[in-house]
Amino acid sequence: MKRDRTPLFIALVFLFVISFGFLLPQWAMFIVTIAIARGLVALGLMLLLRAGLVSFGQALYYCLGAYAAGALGRFFGLSDIYVQMLAGGALAAGFAFVLGFLLARYRGIFFGLLSLALSMILYGLLVKNEALGSTDGFNILPSALFGTRPEAGWVRYAVMASAAVVALLAALLVHRYLNTPLGRLAPAIKDNEIRVEYMGASARRAVHVKYVIAAALAGIGGALAATTVGHIDPEMAYWTTSGEFIFIAILAGTRNVLAPFAGALLYGVIHTTAYDLSPNTWQMSLGISLLLLIVFLPEGLWSLFSRLRWR
Amino acid sequence: MKIVNVTHGSFYALGAYAGASLTGAWLARGYPPALSYAVLLVAALGITLVFAPLIERGILRFMYAKDEAVILLITYALFLVLEDVIKLIWGVNPYFIAEPYALLGSFQVAGMAYPTYNLILIALAVIFGGGLAWLLNSTRVGKLLRAVIHDPEVSRAMGVNVGRYYLVTFTIGSLLAALAGSFTAPTVSVVPGLGVEIIVLSFAVVVIGGLGSLPGAALGAVIVGVVRSFSVHYLPAVELFVIYFVMAAVLAVRPRGLFSLEEPRKI
Amino acid sequence: MVAFLTPQMAIILDTKNLCKTFGAVTAAHEVSAAIEKDSVVGLIGTNGAGKTTFINMITGYIKPDKGTIEYDGHDITRLPPREIMRLGISRSFQVPQLYGSLGVFDNMMVGLGIVLSNAGLGGYFSRGSALVPGYGRPAEEVAEHLLGRFGLLEYRDRNAQVLPGGARKLLDIALTMVAKPRVLLLDEPTSGVSAEEKFGIMQMVLDAARAEGATVLFVEHDMEVVSRFAQRVLAFYDGRIIVDAPPAAALAHPDVQRYVAGRRA
Repeated sequence: MKRDRTPLFIALVFLFVISFGFLLPQWAMFIVTIAIARGLVALGLMLLLRAGLVSFGQALYYCLGAYAAGALGRFFGLSDIYVQMLAGGALAAGFAFVLGFLLARYRGIFFGLLSLALSMILYGLLVKNEALGSTDGFNILPSALFGTRPEAGWVRYAVMASAAVVALLAALLVHRYLNTPLGRLAPAIKDNEIRVEYMGASARRAVHVKYVIAAALAGIGGALAATTVGHIDPEMAYWTTSGEFIFIAILAGTRNVLAPFAGALLYGVIHTTAYDLSPNTWQMSLGISLLLLIVFLPEGLWSLFSRLRWR
Repeated sequence: MKIVNVTHGSFYALGAYAGASLTGAWLARGYPPALSYAVLLVAALGITLVFAPLIERGILRFMYAKDEAVILLITYALFLVLEDVIKLIWGVNPYFIAEPYALLGSFQVAGMAYPTYNLILIALAVIFGGGLAWLLNSTRVGKLLRAVIHDPEVSRAMGVNVGRYYLVTFTIGSLLAALAGSFTAPTVSVVPGLGVEIIVLSFAVVVIGGLGSLPGAALGAVIVGVVRSFSVHYLPAVELFVIYFVMAAVLAVRPRGLFSLEEPRKI
Repeated sequence: MVAFLTPQMAIILDTKNLCKTFGAVTAAHEVSAAIEKDSVVGLIGTNGAGKTTFINMITGYIKPDKGTIEYDGHDITRLPPREIMRLGISRSFQVPQLYGSLGVFDNMMVGLGIVLSNAGLGGYFSRGSALVPGYGRPAEEVAEHLLGRFGLLEYRDRNAQVLPGGARKLLDIALTMVAKPRVLLLDEPTSGVSAEEKFGIMQMVLDAARAEGATVLFVEHDMEVVSRFAQRVLAFYDGRIIVDAPPAAALAHPDVQRYVAGRRA
């Protein structure tokens, strides 16, 4: 039996970020933090993708998480980073638990479209909601950590390091889950759900669980993104936001728990570079990249990595 | 064609831009405004004939074997590309061509002024919708098309040129989107991002009416339109999300839509 | 109808007066059969005679309109397939139902994983290798063991969808064994298998099943396979069991000749 080295890599990567991250310039810390936030959402998507389900509406939970973080500040004066992430994840998980009873019954395009509709409902609700700022959204209070406000130069690092801690935990926990019997059910559900039922398992329950986990991850990611950017608005629930997460998930593939974070980082870099080079063609660059990925690297980035390894 | 096609939204935008710019040029040269409607038609037709075969033959043709979710992502990628292609061709400034709309004025209905132009839109929908229905149900070509969609393998085995049917289907579908865009152009300001909202709305329409059903799409469109108007009038706060609420409700209660051919993929 | 029952053998599966109609079609009419533990029963009949409906009702895939099914003392008539599986009845499929993108070994591990989690073992918080109920060994060992019994070890790492026909059948049946079922329903275990392989496969399957203590019912169209391996034959026609006898007697029976083998009496 091969030793599973992944937990080691996970720990190394994130501990590296925590230990040496303060050396990075501010803009780089921003990119890394946003990459971690998006990576969390994509990690959740990956869980669902393995079971053959494409959620076109993860932005729903991303946005819920963000608004939870924002509301904590706006209405309660709380801006502790960990509390924000916890609130975001909890709110998202709560909604997903309820909505999951409905969604876990669907597959294929219907699952996708229903998840899309739900996210657009939130968008519509938020846009018209005056108390939460309508289309403008609102700003988030400066971040706090364990009750104290870090000094101006250290805020970015504090957020990034906290993000890395949470991501480390999330990645390890998800990796562990993927090696349990229920975690390994995902590709079976994708391949032959009838057989799964005939072997005595409930595919619906498995999907429900995965859906809630994915939502929680998205909620945490949303809260994190909100606090990093400092501003939230309804656009976070729009279908194009879900599209970004799907792009990252496809980029990452379904093999490895670290891949979504790598994919998110790459996406962030492509996005920023393409936009800086030519603001009117960055979408095209993204579209072309996505096409190339689908055609040449359907298994995601990791397949490239593993192909090189066995050379 | 059993593909969920995000690029459809691009054709709407392409139609709008083509219609706006061509009509703008037409009117600027001093040609009769009365003929601008024909210009809108021609613009839509032209732009479709340029882009649709290119996309279908050039890219989509190789992807039909893939998973339905993957095809959707491919059409999404194409959509992204076309959004920027539009910006490259037409720039980012808004286009306004109100003449075809303003020319026809309005008439009184139940004490309210109703723009006459809207009748043209309705007429277009009826003509093309009806025409498509006739084509699919009463002509040999239409029946062959339905056979191809139902089972391309068997159709191929029977000697039908499946590739050509796919091309034609995609082109006709895109033409309808372009027409919609072109004829809507006089009523709005044509800006980048036009395709973004329309595509998700049209998914709502199709889901409500039922995937794969023509009468369903018509019904879905009417329902969406009416629900939207009612909510704008009576409950403006829910205007934006009420459509998606209906979409979700339909998916939850009767996923096949009101007239569907497709069985929902549940357990 | 000749009922073949010796009073001292235990009945493990008892179907009583099962009736099922689909619109105008009678798929089952007063189908009653008491299956003894450890027996091997062949189900024969033309297509549409009601054999698959019978199996589907036992496994809970469809519910009978009337009648009851008793398994080991429990009434399982209305239970869903999941529950019935967990109680110890497994079925294989006419068209092998495999997890195509996974390797053969992984196919077995998925099945064993389900068994473990149903038993509350091997979950998120567990440590080390849980022992599979019924086999008393860790999942990997049970997988190897079963694959060995079915001669599939050479295909261990191959993807299920690239397996040759006979191997696919065997994997499908091997998957039914992970829960150490007490009743095994095989739907045409040798269909789609070449003539030379049929007997070998059937022998392998029955040896494996019997070694694990399972009662076997199998649907078959090949009369040679039936006469060689079945201890008892139930012949179906038009939704009814028309003959219930040991193979030699059953196959010689005029009704079977006429309605199953298609020979004019």
